[in-house]
This record gives sequence, C-alpha cells and structure tokens, in this order.
Amino acid sequence: MAQGRGEAAHGTPVAPDPGQAAAIRRRLDALWRIEGARIVASLARATGDMGLAEDAAQDALAEALLQWGIRGIPRNPGAWITTAARRRAIDRWRREHRLAERYAQQARGLQDAAAPEWDPLPDDVLRLLFTACHPVLSTEAQTALTLRVVGSLTAEEIARLFLVPVATMQQRILRARKTLAAARVPFEAPEPNEWGPRLRGVMHVVYLMFTEGYAVTGGEAWMRLDLANEALRIGRILAGLVPTVPEAHALVALMEFSASRFAARTGPGGKPVLLPDQDRTRWDRAQIERGRASLARADALAAAAGRSRGSYALQAAIAQCHATARRADETDWPAIAVLYEALGRVSPGPVVELNRAVAVSMATGPEAALAIVNRLGDEGALRGSHLLPSVRGELLARLGRTKEAREEFAAAAALAKNRRERDVLEHRAGSVWNGSRHTR
Amino acid sequence: MKYMLIMRSTDAGTQAYKDIPFEEVINRMGAYNESMIDAGVLLAGEGLAEISQDSGFVVDFSEEPPLVTDGPYGETHELFNGFWIISAASREEAAEWAGRCPLGPGSKLEVRRVTEAADFADFAGNEYIRKEEGWRRDEEKLRTEHR
Repeated sequence: MAQGRGEAAHGTPVAPDPGQAAAIRRRLDALWRIEGARIVASLARATGDMGLAEDAAQDALAEALLQWGIRGIPRNPGAWITTAARRRAIDRWRREHRLAERYAQQARGLQDAAAPEWDPLPDDVLRLLFTACHPVLSTEAQTALTLRVVGSLTAEEIARLFLVPVATMQQRILRARKTLAAARVPFEAPEPNEWGPRLRGVMHVVYLMFTEGYAVTGGEAWMRLDLANEALRIGRILAGLVPTVPEAHALVALMEFSASRFAARTGPGGKPVLLPDQDRTRWDRAQIERGRASLARADALAAAAGRSRGSYALQAAIAQCHATARRADETDWPAIAVLYEALGRVSPGPVVELNRAVAVSMATGPEAALAIVNRLGDEGALRGSHLLPSVRGELLARLGRTKEAREEFAAAAALAKNRRERDVLEHRAGSVWNGSRHTR
Repeated sequence: MKYMLIMRSTDAGTQAYKDIPFEEVINRMGAYNESMIDAGVLLAGEGLAEISQDSGFVVDFSEEPPLVTDGPYGETHELFNGFWIISAASREEAAEWAGRCPLGPGSKLEVRRVTEAADFADFAGNEYIRKEEGWRRDEEKLRTEHR
C-alpha cells in the first residue's frame, strides 16, 4: 500500500519511481478533496485575496508532490500542506504587495506561518462560498469557481464535467478571478441585510450545477452523474455551514430525492426511462430516507421561524410524493397539484404552471389540464421549447384527438435539444400515428 | 462511488475501549461523524448494540430451515460492531476518511466498495428487456418528467 511505504520511507531519501509518484498524486488528490476548501479559505481570509490563496495552495501541492517523492509522505500530510501553503502565501504576499504601504502592517503580522491570523475560523468556508458566488460574476463563472475552490476539483475535472476543453475551463476560472480582483470584492460574508439574496444566489448556483448534471440541455449524454453528485456534496456542505436556514436543507432534500432515481433513469443503450415507467425497486431507498430527513428538518426550522415552505421545500415535497409512491398509479396527484399551486405563488413561471397542468390531468382529467396548457400557449409562454407541445400532445392523445396529438409530438421533437429526448418524442409521435394505444 | 467502513474489534480492543469514559467515546465519535457530515460525504452509519440474547443472534443457512443460534459470530473473535457508508471519489479518499476514525489497537476498519449498476452490466440484459416490454405496454401514461 502506498500509504505504508511512504510512512516507512519518511526522512529517508528514496529514488523517485513513476508508480510511487502516481500513488502520491492520488493521495494528494484525496487529501485535497477533504482539506482543500478549508486551507484555501483560511489563506484567503488571512490575506484578503482569494486568487493569491488559490495560487499559494497550488504551489504547496506542487511542492508536496516533489518533496514527498523524495522524503516520503509526512506523518500529518494535511498539516504539512497547510504550513507549506502559508509560507507560499507569505512569499507571494511580499512580492505582490511590497510596494503598497497600507499592506505593510498586515504583512508583518502574517510573516510567521504560525501566526494566529492564519488559524482557521469557523466561517472561512462560508466566506469562500459567498465570494465564489459573488453577483459580479456570471452564473457560469460562479459555477466553475465554486467547483474549483469549494469543491476542490481541478480545472481538468471541471472541464470534463461540463464537456468543454480544459483550456476553456482554465480561462473561465482565471477570468472569474480577475473579475473579482478588478471589482475589489472583499473576502467576507455579506452584511446581514444582504444575506437573504446572496444566500439564494449561492443555492441557485448549487441547484443549477445539479440540474446541469441531472439532465443536459444539449449534446448526447442523458445525464452526468458526477456533476450532480458534486453539487449534492457542495449542497450538504452548505447546509452544514448555515444549519438554521430551512431552504438550505430543503435544497439538499430536493437533490437527494432526484438523485435517488439516477439508477432507474436509463435503460438499455442509455435510453431514458421517464418517471411513470421507472422500475421503482431501483430507486435508492437510503437516499430517499436522507431526503425525507432533510425536508423534515427544513419544515421544522421554517415552522419554528413562523415561515411557510419556500421554493426548494415545495419542489422537494413534490419529489417526495413521487419518491414515496410504491407504484406510479399510487402517486398522490391531488397533493402534487396543490403543491404546484403553492409553488406557483412562491415562484411563478410557465414551467411550474405546465407541471401543475400535468398534475391536474392526473388528479382530475385531461380537459381541465388542457385548459391550463392552452392558456399558456395563448400567452406565448415557453415558445421555442419542446415542453409545451409534448404535454399538449399527451393530453390530446388521452382525449382521443390523435391527429392533433401527433402534430404536437412532431413539433416537440423538432424543438428538443437533447438527442435522447428527441428520440423519445419521435417514437411517441410514431406510436400515436399507429393508433396502437389511446383506445380508452 | 460509495464505500462501507466496517468496524471490527477483538475482545481486547472492545475491553480497551471500555476503559475510556463513555462520554469521551461519544465525543470522539461525534466529532468524527460531524467532520464527515460537514464534508458532505457521510451517507449512513450505525453502531451496533452489544451482544445479548435479544440484541444479537446468528441465522445459519447451512441447515434447512436456517438455524437460529446465539453464536458464535465468527472464527476470529473479531466482532462487527458498527459501520459507515461514505461517498468518496477514490480508494485513497476512502482510506483517508477511514484513517481518521478514532479507534485504537485491537480495532480494525474493513473498507469495501459498495457495488453499483456497472458491476452488474453483464447481467442486466434480461431484466432490461422485460422492463422495456413493460414500458411499451404502459405508454398511455403521461410522459412528463417531474423534476
């Protein structure tokens, strides 16, 4: 085992060998995944400069790779990297700020890597998250930077998750850091009166990351689980950082419920399997239980604060209705229709309204639902999206209006961005044409 | 990937733990669990009650019907007394978390990867084909995904 060999070799120079270098690299990656955010966060808070903190941390990792290859893995590798990163930060600090007199005082305080200013504070990682999701950055930049500094992923890993070239992702991260520096964004949590919107911004980034992984909007892959799982991990970290905020737990609940269906969402050849057709025995029960626990916690916190469910809690409650139905036809559609109505009040929008129409169609019947969908169509909502025609198609098919249904499915297929979704819709259009179903 | 950390202790290891004040044990384990919760990696974990006639027994399948006995629990006198399931990106990350567990001499953590769908890829065919036929029959159902 690499670990044992490294420790035994501690203090004794050994000839570098490629196998050992790879083992050290893997050990460092693992360690960085666990400790990276905390190390970068405490460096950034002490120096007030997130970019410098990140560079210093990378220097320390490069140094570790070299030194550990020669001297073996130290007994406490986390502390080793922390100390090395502080020294590197001091070097960079001196170089980059030596001309600015107003930094001189602070620089003197930071000269010793053991100075108390370096010690981690409980909210360091929260500051890191707020800074990475700062509103001066585009959502794309916020997402990349959050994965980089809070998720402790390399630019290569992030590029792979977003299916973009490594150079593109490196550029995106670099630009984000330059934007933060140019806007002189301080490394701190926002003022209490800005907390609400800023925290909602952070949660939005985490959820976007999750949905991006859950169902890609373009390209060939039906889903990218790694990205969704990273979002879930960061969501859990966030809930731990702000444990009294109901919506943070609700967001985790929503992601847990959705993720519990990962295994059941693809069939042979990567073909998507939609909710009513999924094999529910393949849903991850433990994950559903975690979702229930998180939603219960969110509800209890909201009730204690005298608040009603927010957007994530309502979406999680809907996901919970699906997750706890043992069979598709046991789904509590009237409850879901009510939840969508509440969601429409909290965060109104055509997609919510369309989903409400689906719930109404299952709870009451297709006529009532078609009225909602037609109203959306008349308002010109969701123009250019395959969602409206695909739902209209289903409703028309259930009403026996086969020809109209087929036209809607064909229109939906033409608008679908994901090839797999398009296949499903084309198949659906074809099967309505054949008249092989909808005899009811 | 998911890994299971399985805690096993010899009689001596269990005895050594009994010499530490129980509150201390709770605090150390609590801090360990909290660190994994804060990192977003802890998926499940339980401690197992000490063995008594009511709290532990063995169901042995070498007989028909299976035989329920009070023990023994294994050849090694190492008792399985708790577990964690964590999410980890690599074997090294699982090893890193396992190494932080506050256990002493006489205790071991056996770390095992939890199987995932890919492990059964070769055997999925029949089931999937059956399922696919099921989908075709059910196609009347509304096909909007609720996210």
